[in-house]
Formats: sequence, C-alpha cells, structure tokens
Amino acid sequence: MGDPMRIRATETNGVVDVKILMKHDMESGQRKDAAGKLIPAWFITTVTVKAQGKDVFEADFGSAISKDPFLNFKYKGAKGDKLQVSWVDTRGDKRSDEATVS
Amino acid sequence: MKQQRRDVLKYTAVFGLMACAGLITSAQAEEWNKAAFEGKSLDEVFRALGTGTPEKSSTVVMNAPDIAENGAVVPVGISTTLKAQQMAILVEKNPSTLAAQFFIPAGTETFMTTRIKMAQTSNVYALVKADGKWTMAVKEIKVTLGGCGG
Repeated sequence: MGDPMRIRATETNGVVDVKILMKHDMESGQRKDAAGKLIPAWFITTVTVKAQGKDVFEADFGSAISKDPFLNFKYKGAKGDKLQVSWVDTRGDKRSDEATVS
Repeated sequence: MKQQRRDVLKYTAVFGLMACAGLITSAQAEEWNKAAFEGKSLDEVFRALGTGTPEKSSTVVMNAPDIAENGAVVPVGISTTLKAQQMAILVEKNPSTLAAQFFIPAGTETFMTTRIKMAQTSNVYALVKADGKWTMAVKEIKVTLGGCGG
C-alpha cells in the first residue's frame, strides 16, 4: 500500500477538472544503484477513476511515466460527485483514494 | 432477532458489492497491454495497439514544451476535437516506446495531461483513436541534460 494520493476536483459550467498526484517511485528498470546493479522495474500500470461509481477515465502507464505520476483530465459532472481513484503497480500493490468534487 | 438478520443481509450485500468491485479492477489490470508497453520501436507499438499507420491530423493537438530542461519530468498533454475513445503517448527514442495509453469513456472530455520521462531528444507521438481510426500529432521535444539550457 503506497502513500495517499492528492486529488483535486473542481466543477465549472458542468465540467469537472480532475488533477491527481500519485506517490510512487516509478522505477523504470533502466537505472543502476551505487553498486552498478540494475534497479528492477517497479511502476504503476493501471489507474482507474470512477465518479459516482461510473468509470470516467482509465490510464495504462509504461515505465516512462515520471516519478510521482500526475494526471489531469475533465469529465461532465457536478459538484458533490464522489470520485474514487485506484491504481495497481507491477508488484500487484494497490491503492485507492476518494475525493469529493467542489 | 429480526433486526440482526436484516443487518446480516445488509452486510452480505455490501461485501458482495465490494467483491464485485475487486473483480472488476483485477480484470482491468490484466488488460494492461504488455506487448505494446514492451515494444522497442514505433512499428512494434503500432502493431501491438493495432493502429495501422496513423495519419497526421491537425485535429490532434499536443501540448508539450519545445525544450525540456529535465528529461525526468516532461509535461505532455493531448487534446482533440475528435470523439476519442483512446489516446496514447509514444516517445520514439525511449527504451520502451509507449509511455502511456488512456481510455476515454463517453462523457469525459478528450483532453488529458501527464508527465513523462525522456531518455534523450526525440520525436513524441500523440495518438488518438476515434471512430475506430487512429490519427496522430508529432512533435520533437529537445532534452537538455545537465540543465545548461543548450
């Protein structure tokens, strides 16, 4: 279980702007440690966002997404919508956080 | 006694729902397109995603800097006027070409932004699938390692 995500969602004219910052090292499998050994790949593969229980966005990540991944997208929604953001990484680790649209 | 039974029923329903949700997420996780993400060239990724050869189109707009001083954090966004169902970001000269792909259900705007890593200066491809057809925008992003801004 990773650290909590930061989720900010604001509604303007029926469109909800969602910004998500996940806390994850996103190790690409290309970097070497001090001893020159490859650090094994370890990154988030899938992020799903639901609003009021309905899928509004899905992202599949490869190893080339920056450390502490950031996502920004917009969907048609309303103030007070309950958002649920979940991710899964290459080790099968999962995290899920919730936020309310303001 | 009756009350208790009702509670039990309620909890069973809730746990049932949670199990369902769990099943759904694990099914989605399996869909992660391993072949596409392990593709080492544009052609390999195009093939794995089944894009054919995407046509360049001005309807696909990539929001990205011309020069990225830090290759570890390059903001890239895609927006389009097409009814996109799927989007993808490809970096030609990265060890794995496909950086990310996105699924856009109806009701979600065809707009997204994220941050990617780039090993070196390279062409970046923004692919959009709308009505079963892939189109794309291409932009070269210069990466200046060392931060001297050269």
